[in-house]
Order: sequence, then structure tokens, then C-alpha cells
Amino acid sequence: MPIKVGIPRALLFYEYYSLWISFFEELGAEVIVSEKTNKEIIDIGVKNTVDEACLPVKVFHGHVMDLKNRVDYIFIPRIISLTEGEYICPKFCGLPEMIKYSIKDIPKFIDTTINFRKSKKNLNRTVMEIGSYITQDKKKIKRAFEIATEKYNNHRMLMETGLLPNDMLKKDFLGEVPQPSKKDKVLLLGHPYNIYDSYMSMEVIDKLRKHGLRVVTCDNLETDVIDEKAKTLNKKMFWSFGRKILGTTLHAIEDDGVCGIIYMACFGCGLDSVIAEIVERKVRRSSDKPFAMLSLDEHTGEAGINTRIEAFVDMIRWREDHEDNLSTYR
Amino acid sequence: MKITFPHMGNTYIALKVVFEELGVEVIVPPKCNKNTLELGTLYSPELMCIPFKITVGNYLESIKKGADTMFMWGGRDVCRIGYYNTLQRDILENLGHDIKMLCVKPMKSIREIEHFLEKLNFVSGTKNYLKILKSFIQGLKTLCRIDEFDDLVIKIRAREINKGEVDRLYSNFKRDINNGKGYRRTMEIIGQYKKKLLNLEIDNNKEVLRVGIVGEIYTVLEPFINHYLIERLGNMGVEVHRSVTSSEFIREQLDFIPFIKSNKHDIHRASEPYLDTEIGGHARHTVGNTVIYSEKNFDGVIHLLPFTCMPEIVAQSILTVIEKEKDIPILKLVLDEMTGETGYLTRIEAFLDLLISRREKKSYEKSISWS
Repeated sequence: MPIKVGIPRALLFYEYYSLWISFFEELGAEVIVSEKTNKEIIDIGVKNTVDEACLPVKVFHGHVMDLKNRVDYIFIPRIISLTEGEYICPKFCGLPEMIKYSIKDIPKFIDTTINFRKSKKNLNRTVMEIGSYITQDKKKIKRAFEIATEKYNNHRMLMETGLLPNDMLKKDFLGEVPQPSKKDKVLLLGHPYNIYDSYMSMEVIDKLRKHGLRVVTCDNLETDVIDEKAKTLNKKMFWSFGRKILGTTLHAIEDDGVCGIIYMACFGCGLDSVIAEIVERKVRRSSDKPFAMLSLDEHTGEAGINTRIEAFVDMIRWREDHEDNLSTYR
Repeated sequence: MKITFPHMGNTYIALKVVFEELGVEVIVPPKCNKNTLELGTLYSPELMCIPFKITVGNYLESIKKGADTMFMWGGRDVCRIGYYNTLQRDILENLGHDIKMLCVKPMKSIREIEHFLEKLNFVSGTKNYLKILKSFIQGLKTLCRIDEFDDLVIKIRAREINKGEVDRLYSNFKRDINNGKGYRRTMEIIGQYKKKLLNLEIDNNKEVLRVGIVGEIYTVLEPFINHYLIERLGNMGVEVHRSVTSSEFIREQLDFIPFIKSNKHDIHRASEPYLDTEIGGHARHTVGNTVIYSEKNFDGVIHLLPFTCMPEIVAQSILTVIEKEKDIPILKLVLDEMTGETGYLTRIEAFLDLLISRREKKSYEKSISWS
């Protein structure tokens, strides 16, 4: 019987799912991904996490609870750094501990440390360590990682054409998503686990699309473009996602096709409190694009979000309809 | 040039000494107060942590007093402190203040200490590195002496016979320090008050509760933000031990120099079974020190953290397990810009009641088993 590996559908799953799933599948493991986020998962997550943690971490706990009786291993890597010289949120470094001490009777973890802060040299060792939970065959692990990387790169290429992870995660995904005919682009910023988790984000992407807007995110932009833009910042952003978000913002400010920017933050997120502030200052200072900030938390009332999205869309539309470029002194 | 810096407990005394010795005009911001907090929260991002907000308030109050250069600890960490100065500069510029910011990075190697001295060189305008190095060392010495003095104050306050004596003495001490100038005078004052303190009547046989304080350094050291917790506990007859102090913090950075010693390795050893990597902030210290307190038979631990502090949240989820495994009560206090203290007081009192009854129960158990 194949080893069952559980992957919680939360946090960096939305960034790396194609890599992780195909890697474990190539190794011969059976991959079980937790259910889509729903009310029960959030409730059970909130109950099992310390009060002060942010919603994404609570949701992650919920997904682990969902998996815990169905799998042999749960994949919770200790991620310290994904890119040279950069970090991600400190909570990711302590995630295995948080889970270990908050949830009882939990299956074994695959909690390999992923730390590329100094260099990517230890990539090979990291991959081998993760693979060794499933098989001892080093060649097989290497081959599996190659295939998985290829899939991941394809996945990224697809996103650069305008697709979003939550389109591709849909069961009836055929390789194409009908985009709204209008060309107005709205830039949706935020951590991938906030914006792509459709339950948590209250389906903000679908809602915007229903209004005839085209939603773009950091993932639709080539990494080179983001890197180049991010370099122009006067202080280097040392959080990987923050750098992506800021780079994209700088690009969007110059892009006339982008008619509005929405930042989706999470209540109590330490990173968002800094990044959103910098983004807002940049947008306000060097462009006249509408900017909205939406905060998420455990509350499930949708009306507030709906009202604000509608008001935001109205603002964009009215600009188009009523802008006459006449001098105000008449 | 008029230089200023943010408050963090008594750290300002050492900074004042350094700059005074260098011959720079120093503007000490007014002691943190309600106005500082209000100014800070008004101009800071909404979900920012409380140290950031208070610091902004400090700057604005100093600018009002005429300061034009800010001195700030930068940090190079996973947590938000690395972005403090960039954002703060932006905020102040937006408000129309043209100020200079000097940002100091951690001092974990000779090269980084050199950087620091270069900054001091810029401030003082002298090329005399000997003088700069001397004032730097004098600053470090002051920092250590102040922390020693504070530890003594904590010990005596819990055991004083005439209530309020220590607090009175302490406020006089603060007044003299603020009026005094330079290294020699500051050390004189500290020595003088130390003598006075040791002459106070104390009850040596008093059974005091021992409580350790762990958590994020700013919330532990700045009395305004922790609702004067250390003072209050002392007046309730509790001997407090602060696990993080600014002198210890600096010592940990500098302990690659042979004659400087710190407790870093002990703390890391203690936290190893629970958390064996650095995750930013003081999380590892929080975990390690809690374990050390339980080993030293402290009655309880109070964990202080600013609201939304990322590393401390991880530590907090680990503390719940340590609490059970090591059988040591832990009280968590999350601090933000809310200044209603009654809620905190009630919880502290209830916590102390719990500690007292635990102690009684334990001594009772002992007497039974011995008979």
C-alpha cells in the first residue's frame, strides 16, 4: 500500500501545490489534499490555535485537523527563507512547533527545514531529506524532483498568460478560463493564501469578474519584471512576498491598463501592516489610481465586502463615463 | 545638530551619556505619556505593533522640542523592526519635517561595530576615534550599571518595610539623572542612590513571590506600555526578574569579544527541546527563559507581547505546553494602545492569588510527607 502524504490546502499550498503534489506522486506516495476551506475547517482551526494567531494560520490548523486521521505523514515544512537574502513571515519558521503543541494525536510530520537565505546550494540536500520519508532510492527522488520542477515551471508559465491558481484548481479546468471581454484590469494584491482561498477571501476574484473586470495578481507578471522593479526601492524589501507585491505595484502604477488596485490584507498580519502601508503611500503619491484595502478575519458576513467591492467598481466606472478632461475653471 | 532617540525604559540614560560625552546636544524626548501614544497612533499604520507607534510619538514630541537628527536601532531581523526606520522617515517627511535619520544595525562583528562608530563619528564631527571609542565604552558601562541598579531596586521594593520609600527614592533618582550631564556625573548619581537604597529598612525574612517576566524586549522594558507592571508587582510584594534587559541584549551581540559574557548559550540550550531555530524577535528567549525560570523554581511567569507580534505568537503557542510539562503558571498579557488598566490589574491580582495558594498548597504537601 502506498504511503499517504497529506498536504493541507492552506498557506503556501497555493504557491507551490503543483510542485509538491507531483513530487510526492512521482515518488509513489498517495497525496491527499485537505478539503476546500469551509465553515467547519475554520471553526475547528480557530478552536485549536492560540488566540493571537492570524486567520491563515488558524485555517492551516483547521486543514491539519481535517487530514490528521486520514494520512501517514503531513507535509509541514519549516520554511525560513525561499530566496537568497530574504525571509518570509516568522510564523512559518515556527509552524511545525505551533501545530505540534496545539493539536493532539497527530501523525508524523515531514518538517524538513527549507532555508535558502545564504544560498540555494542546500536545495539538493533539502529535496533528498524530504524524499527520504517516502523512499530511499536517491535516483528516484532526483527524477521525481526534476519532473515536479518541470510541472511547476509549466504552471508558472500558464499563470503568466493570465490564469490564476484557483482557476486551475477547479475540477473542470480545461486549460482555459473565459476572461471578461472588457479590458479593464484590477490588480489584486496580497499574500497568495489570502487571495486564492476563495472561502477566506469571500470569492473576491469571482465577484470582481462578475462586474466585468479582469483580475490580475503578482503571479501574472514575469518574475524578471518584478525583480527589476523591486530593485528600484530605496530599501530592499526582505520578505519574499512583500518584494513581489511591491514590484508588482510599481509596475502597475505605470501600466495604464490597470484601473484600480485592491490590497487584501489579513487582520493582525504583521507583514501586511508594513507592506500595505508602503503600497498605499506609493500608489497615492505617484498615481491617481483608485486604491482599496480589504481586511479579512474570522467574520463571515459578506455584505461588508460586497458593498465595498461595488463602491470600488462604481468608482472605476464613473471615472470612465464622466471624465471629460475639461478644465474645472469655466 | 540636536540629536534625539526613542525611549525604551532606562536605555535613554546610556544614550544620553554617549552623546553628551561626544559633545553633541541631546534632546531626550518627554517620558512616554498619553500624548505620545495618541500622536503615534494617529500617524502610524493601523495594524502596526505598539513599539512603532510609541517611537513615532517620541520623535514628534522631540521635534517639537527642536530635535533635527534621529538615532534609531535598525535591526536586521525577520520581523518588522527592520522596516521601522524606512516607514518612520516616510511618515515624518509626509508631515513636513526635514530630519536626518541615523540607523544602527546589530553589532555582531568587528565590522559592524566599526559601522556604529562611524555613525558616531558623523554625529560628533570629530575624527578622534579614540574619543568615540571611549564614549561608546562609557555608554556600555552606564547601560550595565543602570540595569544592575534597576535589579537592586526590584529586589528591595518587594521587601521594603515603609511602603513607598523605594518609589520616592527612584523618582528623585530619575530627576537627578535628567539634570546631570556626562558620564562621570551619571555614575556618581547611580553610586549615590545605590548607597541610599541599601540603607533602606527591609524585611529580609519576608516570603516573597518570585515571578519571571519574559517576552518582547520593548514591552518588558518600557513601563508606560506595560502599565508600570514591574513597579506594581514590586509594591504587591513580588520579586520580579526581567529576562531581557538592554545591557543583556547588547552583551549578546558583543559576546564574540572574549571578555564579554552573556547567557545566550544557556537560553538556547534551555529552549532546544521546544524551539531550536532563531525565528526573529525574542521568541527563542521567551521559550528558553521560561524553561530556566521553571528550573529555578520561580512561582510563575508573565509573558508580555505587543499585539500582532509575529515571533511571540509562535512562542506563545509553545508556552502553553511548557506550562503543563514544567508545571509553572504563565500569564499572558497582550499590549496595545488601549490604556484601560483595570482589566490588566484584575488579571494580575488573580494570577498572584493563584501563585500564593499554589505555594501554600505545596508547603502543606511537604509537611504531610515529612511527618
